Amino acid sequence: MTPPRPGQVIAPDQAPPDSAAGSTHEDDLRIVGTPFRRVDGWAKVTGQTRFADDMTFPRMIHMRLVRSTLPHAFIQSIDTSKAEEMAGVVGVLTGKDMPEPFGILPVSQDEHALCLEKVRFVGDPVVAVAALTEDQAADACSAVKIEYEPLTTISSVDEALETHEPLIHDYGDEGNLHKKISLQFGAVEDGFAEADEILEDVMFYEGSTHLPMEQHAAVAVPEGGGRITLYTSTQTPHYVHKVLAQVLGMPASRVRVIACSVGGGFGGKSDIFNHEIAVAKMALVTGRPVKICLNREEVFYCHRGRHPVLMHLRTGFTKDGAMVAQHLKTALDGGAYGSYGVASTYYTGALQTVTYGLPRYRFDSIRAFTNKPPCGPKRGHATVQPRFALEVHLDKAAQRLGIDPADLRLNNLLPPDSITANYLKVGSIGLGACIQAVVDGSGWRERFQSLPHGRGLGLACGSYLTGAGLPIHWNHLPQSAVQLKLDRTGTVAAYCGEAEIGQGSDSVLAACVAEVLGIGLDDVLLCVGDTGLTPVDLGSYSSRVTLMVGRAAIQAAERARDRLAEAVAEKLDVPADRLVFAESRVFDSGSPENGMPFAEAVQQAEEKFGALATTGSYAPPRAPGRYRGSGVGPSPTYSYSACVIEVEVDPETGLYRVEHVWIAHDIGRAINPVLTIGQVEGSVYMGLGEAMMEEQVFRRLPKSRSSALVHKVPSMLEYKSPTFHEMPPVTTYLIEDPDPEGPFGAKEVGQGPLLPVIPALANAIFDAVGVRIDQVPIGPHMIRKALEDKEAGGDGRYGPKSFPDIDFGVPLMVPTPDEGGDGRATNTEEAGVRKGSGTMTDGVRKGSKP
Amino acid sequence: MMRLPVFRLHQPESLSDAMALLASSDGETRLVAGGTDLWPNMKRRHQSADVVVSLNRVAELSGIRGEVGGEVRIGATTTLAAVAASPIVRAAYPALARAVESISSPAIRNMATLGGNLCLDTRCTYYNQTEEWRTSIDFCLKEGGTICWVAPQSPRCWAVSSSDAAPVLCALGARVRLLSPAGEREVSVADFYRDDGIDYLTKQPDEVLTEVVLPPSDGVQMSFWKLRRRGSIDFAVLTAAVAVRRDDDGVVSEAAVWLGAVASAPVRSEAAEAVLVGNALTPEVITEAATATRKVATPLDNTDFTLQWRSKMVVHYVEAALREVAGLERERLAPNHAM
Amino acid sequence: MDRYTTATLRVNGQDLQVVFPTHHTLLEVLREECGLTGTKHGCELGECGTCTVLVDGEPVLSCLALTAEMEGRSIETVEGLQDGNELHPLQAAFADLGAAQCGYCTPGMLMTATALLAENDDPSADEIRTALAGNLCRCTGYHKIIEAVEWAAGVVRGDAGAGPAREVLFGSSVPGEGS
Repeated sequence: MTPPRPGQVIAPDQAPPDSAAGSTHEDDLRIVGTPFRRVDGWAKVTGQTRFADDMTFPRMIHMRLVRSTLPHAFIQSIDTSKAEEMAGVVGVLTGKDMPEPFGILPVSQDEHALCLEKVRFVGDPVVAVAALTEDQAADACSAVKIEYEPLTTISSVDEALETHEPLIHDYGDEGNLHKKISLQFGAVEDGFAEADEILEDVMFYEGSTHLPMEQHAAVAVPEGGGRITLYTSTQTPHYVHKVLAQVLGMPASRVRVIACSVGGGFGGKSDIFNHEIAVAKMALVTGRPVKICLNREEVFYCHRGRHPVLMHLRTGFTKDGAMVAQHLKTALDGGAYGSYGVASTYYTGALQTVTYGLPRYRFDSIRAFTNKPPCGPKRGHATVQPRFALEVHLDKAAQRLGIDPADLRLNNLLPPDSITANYLKVGSIGLGACIQAVVDGSGWRERFQSLPHGRGLGLACGSYLTGAGLPIHWNHLPQSAVQLKLDRTGTVAAYCGEAEIGQGSDSVLAACVAEVLGIGLDDVLLCVGDTGLTPVDLGSYSSRVTLMVGRAAIQAAERARDRLAEAVAEKLDVPADRLVFAESRVFDSGSPENGMPFAEAVQQAEEKFGALATTGSYAPPRAPGRYRGSGVGPSPTYSYSACVIEVEVDPETGLYRVEHVWIAHDIGRAINPVLTIGQVEGSVYMGLGEAMMEEQVFRRLPKSRSSALVHKVPSMLEYKSPTFHEMPPVTTYLIEDPDPEGPFGAKEVGQGPLLPVIPALANAIFDAVGVRIDQVPIGPHMIRKALEDKEAGGDGRYGPKSFPDIDFGVPLMVPTPDEGGDGRATNTEEAGVRKGSGTMTDGVRKGSKP
Repeated sequence: MMRLPVFRLHQPESLSDAMALLASSDGETRLVAGGTDLWPNMKRRHQSADVVVSLNRVAELSGIRGEVGGEVRIGATTTLAAVAASPIVRAAYPALARAVESISSPAIRNMATLGGNLCLDTRCTYYNQTEEWRTSIDFCLKEGGTICWVAPQSPRCWAVSSSDAAPVLCALGARVRLLSPAGEREVSVADFYRDDGIDYLTKQPDEVLTEVVLPPSDGVQMSFWKLRRRGSIDFAVLTAAVAVRRDDDGVVSEAAVWLGAVASAPVRSEAAEAVLVGNALTPEVITEAATATRKVATPLDNTDFTLQWRSKMVVHYVEAALREVAGLERERLAPNHAM
Repeated sequence: MDRYTTATLRVNGQDLQVVFPTHHTLLEVLREECGLTGTKHGCELGECGTCTVLVDGEPVLSCLALTAEMEGRSIETVEGLQDGNELHPLQAAFADLGAAQCGYCTPGMLMTATALLAENDDPSADEIRTALAGNLCRCTGYHKIIEAVEWAAGVVRGDAGAGPAREVLFGSSVPGEGS
């Protein structure tokens, strides 16, 4: 094969298939909608991409951390004297060197770079040691002596509810509960009274972790002028920048964070980690570049992964399957720190309303602190667990009501341009087309409930944000910005704070700029993820990058195009609006030979206006919700997915195999279809991992003998992630109906397609062998147990029995739009909620500035 | 990055040099071949060595000798990939080829050796952890501690024998040759093991496993089935190895039924063998024999999967292996999970 | 026998004389002494396949290969795949199909696939799966990797028609909406 140049179109002779042809051709797009080589592809296949651990600097030393071996204890003493004397040791730090607390959310400033007085889980970092070599640093770590006074171990939500002393943190909504929420939208009980059928379920979703192939790494480099630069494996350089300045007590202008290429994120590198701060401090103390690369076990301790969530779901249905009211209760096991947890807690309820009509809705939730690594955002951030519950619940409802599960969903789709009961403004909805595609593709109508015993089909749907509507730090600033510098050579340099984590954000940025300016992808030079050189983009989380960076890039490029057009129009003496930018030329649409190369157009404009640079930025539209908690859930637009899974189950053993996955995703428009499909397939993979085997679980040693609570299997071997052998064939349908809010109509694809996969598997297992597995991951022993239960005359179900009895108090009452509500709560005082900014971030720390 | 501790390395080029080094080295001395077991264990600091003697340059320890129908000898440092690819092994001992081909991943099989697989340290999720992790549980009986956390009341260690080759070689009646300064001896693979998680080999510290000797396999029908979570990388949580000889009427004259990964050593089910011998391999006889294996397996909560379920799977996997030998239709799912 | 070893390593066809701590694996020496950071690491315990390199043409985990034992053997890493500035067909196909997303498992995948194609230039999807089953990837769901290896195999064979199928690039045609 003649290797295409970076960014060169792969298959120029392959016209897009008919289904995509309309959207691609009608707008005369040349790059968008065409499969092209990702712009970072060349570097990634040659070994030239530099991940954080690949960085080296003169005089660089190596750091390692001493971590707590107790789950919950006061630190009595730390003796580093022996370590300090060991060969090669250059620096030693303890918590006292960085006493300023931090946290990703302004309301949860509960972490320290190194533990100060207390350790809260096995793996909590206490001491940092830097030495000439990593071997020496590790040896010196072994010589550090820490004495602890153990405290009661809190290992579960139940134990957190029961344990009033000690408290893992001295803040939170109640006891060891970090967060407690009760929201009610509309007259929910009236809704239940109207219901023909009421269905109730208790379900459990086990925690799982991101398991990026790349272990977190960071290199801190002290620079002249009182500056420091941190190269790190992060999805969110902007937030690392803020926190670094905060904890180091330095002006943010002296701190520069550069996001290296990230070797897998999935949400796991979107927080600020202890080692990032400690390594920077170590560089400042020793005056030398310092590197830290975590080992795999430490990556499990960083975690911030999927919360284990217990769910209670009660829904009233009409006999034709419409939901009339729903009450969802969730209990999250948060682990030892806040992290994104407050947002996670709200997210377990926020998106229940965006797929199907739901006129009245109540949501209660708690997040408990436990002595385990902190949970946080993983692909689909805390909407995955309730989506599992809802879609299995709907499958049961369809069964009970005698309606085909596909019809139950199709008949009750939320109409486009709706405002939901919880005040989410939903624009385009491609869910119906998604369901139709997977139903047709899988032969659902003929095969569902008709396959031999042991084989089954399951259907489920999902939806996800295309970017969180609100920034983490509440402000009115743009959430993404792009600067373009146009060069006389015709090169356009694009500067943006976005972080490429493998999802293809660099390619989206380059494609949007190149498309508007009519130049090639290789004419765009990128400078990204550098808080010193690039304008702020909030980072690669909440599926925000394609939409927000794309919109900012388009605006910047359009402004550049306007400037060029003005200069070229003058030169060619044609009206500016007749000029076309294409094929790296600017020309008169009326007589295409009348034009000039793009580089010459830049020179014309530079002559006329001076040096050329333009900017673009994007801020999402304001959401209609005005109640406390309404900040979680809004998005410029939502993506939709539907999935059918075919499974083969061996009833004798409970072993099963996923035979095929059909998935359709409402992408709006695929900027680069081949990368879009990669995101869909990757989401299916990660969803199957969670559905089938992945679990971040812990061992509580017998209480009579030990207080130990340890990660059961912090290794790549025993934390089971699917190999090539477990990945079934996947048929992917891209549903392209451009969304007015998206760049060229694009919506997100990185997270949404994961959501329907998990419930689709549970539903397929039911179709195969007639038992309900109401928890994930679904182990073969659960299927066997459920089958045995069924054989013994039981209901053939495996899952949690009950939800704890929790007093959620008076819910915050928010009348729905249908009830004439205006998005505000009516009982803010009674519900014990301060009148605040109306967002989850109303507890903004003093002095926390954007 | 996880790194090895400091040690002295010897790379002898002959077996006699290796023996001499083993005898003369100061401090704790270990042999290494593929390193796929020792190095991770040393990186996690649950095995240690002052001196490591590598057998990789000892040419006489590698290679497969013999022919189909006769005795076959496999050198201890023959890689698993070479064993699995050997036409002799594939033809004469298909169950061994299958077992070896199923071990871990292709790259590991290019490195790991048959001798190393037989000497594989017993495994346990309380033991195969870093030093820091083991500090958190105050260590365990197998290394540095006083309690076997798998069975805290128990005086012994319950770490699991995880060699896939071992149960097959036991079923085939293979022997291993052991060389020491005192001389050479041969023991059956079955006697090479001891059902104790710590002291799991009968091999003496000064002995080197040099060769595996396989008896002629004429007329022996064999099978190997394996349960694990994923189709690659994972260690087995259960293996079933069976070998039978049938007379012209299809009546079983000899039978060997062995289980792996359910105890600290490969486990033989004499009860199952007794059911088979003297009978034809009918579905009923097979089910009865498989059911008889239930008692000998004692899975505990120190591997993947729940122990109750693993316990139940023993019967299914033995049954599947025997049905395959008998040429009966196999259960539909297990083949994919077995291999 | 000492704490440090001096050895001549043959890496990507060139002899490098290197001094390194005897207990350092090939992974450490390639990355830290040879400047070849293309070889990545995910666990250092032989559990993920990320650090795969070729030793005498066979995939080997560099995290478990002692460098001191590598003298006289031929080591190939991702940095040796290109022909001048031309990408190897596997590299080109991985880049084009997004078989490299984050790119971190990519060098290990490429090296393992290189060994496969050297042995079998027309592997079936199942043969590709089996050969690569020790290499974990968290981004792709593996399909794009299989498709890239199939494409590259076609190029290696000189199959003029080699190229990804339409659904690989654009997704499957939505039923009822044309071909």
